[in-house]
Amino acid sequence: MSNWEAVIGIECHVELRTKSKMFCGCANEFGGEPNTKVCPVCLALPGSLPVANKAAIEHMILAGLAFGAEIPAFSKFDRKNYFYPDMPKDYQISQFDMPVTQGGVVRYWLEDGTIKECRLTRIHLEEDTGKSTHAGSDDGRIAGSTYSLVDFNRAGVPLMECVSEPEMHSADEAVGYLEALRRTLQQLGVSDVKMEEGSLRCDANVSVRPVGSDKLGTKTEIKNMNSFRSVHRAIESEIERQIGLLEKGERIIQETRGWDELHGITVSMRSKEEAHDYRYFPDPDLVPLEIARGTVERLREQLPELPVHRFERYTGKLGLDAKQATQLVDNAALATFFDSVVEASESPKQATNFVLGDLSRLANETGKPVNESPVTPGHLAELIALVDSKTINSKIAKDLVTRMWNGEGSPKAIVQREGLAQTSDPAAVEKFIDQVLASNEKSVNDYRAGKTNVMGFLVGQVMKASAGKADPQLVNSLMKQKLER
Amino acid sequence: MSNPLIERSAAQIARDVNARSLSAREVADATLAHVDTADSQIGSYLTVLHERAREQAARVDARVAAGEHLPLAGVPLAVKDNMCLTGTRTTAGSKILEHWVSPYTATAVARLLDAGCIPIGKTNLDEFAMGSSCENSALGVTRNPYDPQRVPGGSSGGSAAAVASYEATIGTGSDTGGSIREPAAFCNLVGFKPTYGRVSRYGLIAFASSLDQIGPFARTVEDAALAYDAMGGHDPMDSTSIDRPLETTATHLRSDLSGLRIGIVKEFATAGLGAEIDAVYAQAYRDLEALGATLVEVELPTAEHGLATYYLIAPAECSSNLARFDGVRYGLRVDGADVHEMYERTRAAGFGPEVKRRILIGTYALSSGYYDAYYVRAQKARTLIAQDFERAWKSCDMIACPAASSPAFQFNAKSDPYSMYLMDYYTIPMSLAGLPALSVPCGWVTPPGGERPMPMGLQLCAPLFAERPLLAAAHAYEQKTQHALKEKPAR
Repeated sequence: MSNWEAVIGIECHVELRTKSKMFCGCANEFGGEPNTKVCPVCLALPGSLPVANKAAIEHMILAGLAFGAEIPAFSKFDRKNYFYPDMPKDYQISQFDMPVTQGGVVRYWLEDGTIKECRLTRIHLEEDTGKSTHAGSDDGRIAGSTYSLVDFNRAGVPLMECVSEPEMHSADEAVGYLEALRRTLQQLGVSDVKMEEGSLRCDANVSVRPVGSDKLGTKTEIKNMNSFRSVHRAIESEIERQIGLLEKGERIIQETRGWDELHGITVSMRSKEEAHDYRYFPDPDLVPLEIARGTVERLREQLPELPVHRFERYTGKLGLDAKQATQLVDNAALATFFDSVVEASESPKQATNFVLGDLSRLANETGKPVNESPVTPGHLAELIALVDSKTINSKIAKDLVTRMWNGEGSPKAIVQREGLAQTSDPAAVEKFIDQVLASNEKSVNDYRAGKTNVMGFLVGQVMKASAGKADPQLVNSLMKQKLER
Repeated sequence: MSNPLIERSAAQIARDVNARSLSAREVADATLAHVDTADSQIGSYLTVLHERAREQAARVDARVAAGEHLPLAGVPLAVKDNMCLTGTRTTAGSKILEHWVSPYTATAVARLLDAGCIPIGKTNLDEFAMGSSCENSALGVTRNPYDPQRVPGGSSGGSAAAVASYEATIGTGSDTGGSIREPAAFCNLVGFKPTYGRVSRYGLIAFASSLDQIGPFARTVEDAALAYDAMGGHDPMDSTSIDRPLETTATHLRSDLSGLRIGIVKEFATAGLGAEIDAVYAQAYRDLEALGATLVEVELPTAEHGLATYYLIAPAECSSNLARFDGVRYGLRVDGADVHEMYERTRAAGFGPEVKRRILIGTYALSSGYYDAYYVRAQKARTLIAQDFERAWKSCDMIACPAASSPAFQFNAKSDPYSMYLMDYYTIPMSLAGLPALSVPCGWVTPPGGERPMPMGLQLCAPLFAERPLLAAAHAYEQKTQHALKEKPAR
């Protein structure tokens, strides 16, 4: 399509879900009246000291293990020094050269089911800042504001920073990567990963280069993206902008650009990058972390099946398509239900159809999740067995699903009780066919005159005559034989 | 004007208050009355807590009446003003916190209050504990009770002066490179810096986090031991506080030193300090021997680099610790056109010259390109100094040396910062190694140009966590020599 290749890296900040903040006992909750979830420690009052939150460290280890990172036996916290009004200590407790996890790879998939990988530059643990509100200007921007207010409720919330290598080449890949990251962290229960609440925030580094080149072009950093859709649009727009400039023979300026959702373009925010010297040094208020191998092994055993593994299992052995597999991966409870059905029935195809078809439709209509409905995986497996053995036909099966949803229990019992087993005895079926053919002479003649589409009508009549129980395939083949005799 | 009540030891006061032959209220009233007349001459206190002291005295009397035994019942306490106490102004001796009222209490202070202490007031200090004379306080002058022309030492000079002049019975100090031991020596007191991590730093306004340690001032070793026993021990609010049981010290004081090997440091020979001072220490070492100790010579070959090491690590940490004083949330704010100008104006107006000097040195030492050459090398030197002590402990159980190289000097005598830094030459190595060390009165010298004899301090230093034998030895030495009782404060 083009002679240019985009190169994309993603930097994410993920607020960890813990009861308390990273270094104090204040509640770690979204929202609330400003400055109500604060204490001497997270306000950095003189004399206060941080104490590291063990749960946050365990969350980091879990995330690291999920991405195949190393968990070193020794880690430490460092101070990142810079002045900012919403950062109470005017340094951020972060991790510089010895983070809790090292390395790692995010495996993700694209809409067509292709599996991709992106290596992680680093994941480390730090603390969030407060939030500034600029007042006195028309648009809430800092420019033109007359004063600023700071809310420290968020200050000190545990934050995972996750930086990818520049190994993605399209907006689709970038969003695929983010989706995998979000799904994984959500499944691990370590974060709410909600972009709208700021528990997941991301920036993208974008550059382009001639196809075949292995040198990186000049990059820009894109900020202010508030949804995966914005990320996709912003990256596409930025790639296009950069290619446009390069094709005109112009140069890319290394800068930070903000995504303008309304106009669908990125806009320069700061072209002169301040050369920050953060003066990192080990935080003398916190003792180094020694991470026991036993802890790592205990957490490794806690790891659930990861979304990408589930996706691969579904699209591989079970033969689901990428869309179906994604649908299940994104609904963990439904996927667990599905897995139980598959295990009990050994017919993944039918299980997929029922779970993603009829059951999901009923769930949508009633607002009740499938796993909370009266339909048990065992009952659904029974139903699938009835269909597979041709004991019932698909029409009866559909009716039975609804009745099971309404709490009527075992489909096998219903079939037996009500004699719903389909008639697969050729002699019995032939009797119904003969009846129908005898009373529809006109249609029979039409068929024989070449109007073969009357076949459907005739089959329908047979089904009706059999009260829906005749095996439709058998009806079809016998009918054809008789008509073409 | 001397009142026998205020001159009593903490042990005596607590015994009498617990026995209900004396009330905490009487002690508080007598002390406050003395402070009200005497402190205008001494300047120990930045804030006197009349109401707070009487409230606490009433609480202590009620607890004792209810049958509780409080180890420091009714003991008047001077709190260094870099330690938080709920509802009181806590200034760190700085303009930038001149009007800041703490909403919480430091763990060490809370424990002393719980043990029955009466908070008399918050005492003067070198701004943010940076100094050795109290002259760097932005908020007041503190004089040496033994000669008002001389400094009380620093940085915990206010607490030292308060205890020495009977304006309190015990005091809290914080020692980063000698800030308890040097003023104790200058003011004829026992000043004790425990092992790093023994006393919680929660609520102590940080100067250099890896070195700061809270400890007591007292007029006797026993009182210092009682105060340490009350304030020490693990605190979940301070990650660097040590999670191991505190060995009480006041119950294990000794009267002889038999079996103890005391190291005399080759590099700390006192001959260069002048004949009179040299004689004081020679006598002190002989007294230790007379008590049954065996003297051995030990070497601390890296100790001479202590000062240089300290003046990289401490400023580096302080440059970061003091960043929070930015005018945004509390303390002084001087407005500017934008937030950066506000930062600059606030910090320019709020910090004094010594604090600025150390912030600059520390910022430089941590800067990219210099970090390895300065901060990392200083940390390596710190390890070597600690290893010197580890080697020394193979041949001795304790080390004896001067606490300071001279007695208290006159105001403005050390206008060159380096000559002031040299005051901590004997105390810094122990701080860098995190070791417990104390100063105990060891004699009197009349400094050149001085009219009155001034006290000198003997420093004793022990291995990590060896507070119990350290205080036991100091007690034996104090009981034999009784140097502290030979002179009285000037007023």
